[in-house]
Amino acid sequence: MTEHDAQLTAEDSTGEHVRRRRSGAEISRAASGRRGRGRRRDEHQMVPDATFTSYYGRPVVKASPWEADIPAYLFLGGLAAGSSILGAGAGATGRPALRRVGRIGALAGISVSFAALVHDLGKPSRFVNMLRVAKVTSPMSVGTWILTVYGPLAGAAGAAELLAPVVDSLPRPLRTPARLLVAAAGPVGIGAAAVAPAVASYTAVLLANTATPTWSAARHELPYVFVGSAAAAAGGLGMMFAPPEQAGPARRLAAGGALVELAMEQRMQAGMGITAEPLHQGSAGRLMRASKILTAAGALGGLFAGRSRAAGVASGAALLAGSACTRFGIFHAGQASARDPRYTVVPQRERIERGESAGA
Amino acid sequence: MPSLSGPLEDPAADAGWESPPPRKGFFTDTSVCIGCKACEVACKEWNGVPEDGLNMLGSSYDNTGALGASTWRHVAFIEQPRKAAPPASAPVALGMPTFQRPGAAMDPDSRTDFRWLMSSDVCKHCTHAACLDVCPTGSLFRTEFGTVVVQDDICNGCGYCVPACPYGVIDRRIGEQGQKNVGIAQKCTLCYDRLGAGMTPACAQACPTESIQFGDLDELRERAAIRLASLQSQGLTEARLYGENPDDGVGGAGAMFLLLDEPEVYGLPPDPVVVTKDLPQLWKTAALAAGGLLAGAVAAFLGGRT
Repeated sequence: MTEHDAQLTAEDSTGEHVRRRRSGAEISRAASGRRGRGRRRDEHQMVPDATFTSYYGRPVVKASPWEADIPAYLFLGGLAAGSSILGAGAGATGRPALRRVGRIGALAGISVSFAALVHDLGKPSRFVNMLRVAKVTSPMSVGTWILTVYGPLAGAAGAAELLAPVVDSLPRPLRTPARLLVAAAGPVGIGAAAVAPAVASYTAVLLANTATPTWSAARHELPYVFVGSAAAAAGGLGMMFAPPEQAGPARRLAAGGALVELAMEQRMQAGMGITAEPLHQGSAGRLMRASKILTAAGALGGLFAGRSRAAGVASGAALLAGSACTRFGIFHAGQASARDPRYTVVPQRERIERGESAGA
Repeated sequence: MPSLSGPLEDPAADAGWESPPPRKGFFTDTSVCIGCKACEVACKEWNGVPEDGLNMLGSSYDNTGALGASTWRHVAFIEQPRKAAPPASAPVALGMPTFQRPGAAMDPDSRTDFRWLMSSDVCKHCTHAACLDVCPTGSLFRTEFGTVVVQDDICNGCGYCVPACPYGVIDRRIGEQGQKNVGIAQKCTLCYDRLGAGMTPACAQACPTESIQFGDLDELRERAAIRLASLQSQGLTEARLYGENPDDGVGGAGAMFLLLDEPEVYGLPPDPVVVTKDLPQLWKTAALAAGGLLAGAVAAFLGGRT
């Protein structure tokens, strides 16, 4: 196609030639300049023009039909996973209060996650149909099986933690099973912790393995962002509810998680081209900005506030809120990217022009 | 594990069918589409697809909007101004009336300063179908005809196929609970029931201009190539095929098109790629991240001991 023809296409199609979008691209370029230019940022700047053609500005791909249930699950599932790991580590290193927070946190997180996942289905009564097949090509199927293993383990460890103080006051027929459960809590909790990293990271595959432009373009770093966010959230929970003298590992886990999350998110955006724009716009942009501030403040607060309980609670709350903002922000940015045909068409056109398209 | 991307001789055999019939598909030649929407009506009638909005959308004669859970054929209308023909420098003889078709003797570029683009869109029944790959219940399956179909009684409405489709075809049906298939994913079945009875899909059967052609995919590919060559020899150099190439990002579509402009003008993605193509790498990244989390946690506990 000659340049002349390309110009003709852009001008001739009344299937909406969206010039108004240019201003958005300029804003984003200015913003990226402020933030400093990464290696891949420069490629983005070489994109000459955001002119593109669409059919009446309508989306090419469909946004997922998912609602708040799914980002809530991304957050709570990550929190549960990190908490299981924290609980098992605390159990192994003689920190009973931190162990208790980890196990109960995991139980609560995964219970609400299950409810959210079932509620999000178009036919909740058919939830069990997830168990008909096991498909490695479906991250949701893989996730279902991961949760099928993890859920009962995390649930049993959490239940043991809840039952332990009251086991002798239970009705007699329940005492023996309760004592067995409490006795098994150690190995069960370690089992949950062994599966937990998969719970924390597969959700990134779930989002990235879609035609949703912003999620798909984030694929190289999103698993690291999500495990970082999970570690930060679980560390935050430990800092909030465990006494400071036992919460040292929680503080270090939170700081490490926050660092990984923030650094990998920066790298992720540098490689995304225009599909990074939705992460800076609208409600997704506000959530992502809030997540950065809360996560950084919470991690630093945890590290430098020493053994002050109040500072631990405040920092932990900030980390939890930051993790939730990350999940909701990335979720909404993806939804917005699917609704605007620009984010589907322009990267594909660029791929064709670079000669990287197999069939076009 | 079945193949995830690239050309594939027979998707039905790849999915486990033993000696399946030839792969079936559509060739939609938009150059002869007249925008009658008979395909949309026939599809709704045959498949019992409910009404999904009677709105004025302000997009030429297209009040259907887009493919979705209750729209399995969608006719796009584009009223496209063309570069005006250069003014005649001298009076031109109009000639005597003839029996030729109107415009047949004229240079295609000088006919009008305007053209219609009309195109009946449909599910592509990809060789590598993302919706099918990501379906966690096995509701979406590959039929013996190489097409991709939702089993209504198995789908639990998880919605994963919706963002997975690179063409934005499949969607979860919205409506009051209790209505047919509300809450579950729906799309074109290539009239699986009619195919089983040796019949032509409803849309192709109803198409009055043979813009929608149904048949064995191999034969349709040949037909499409011949039609493309014919149009280009007539001066329609902008004519192109879409979805016919087995080397493309979805391994070639089961429903291909002859277009008269860039795909995105019709609302089609210019370079669709099946999402699962990169899934093996993505799983590796996720496994590394998971390992990193475990290692980090161990370090967080050991760090306090020193």
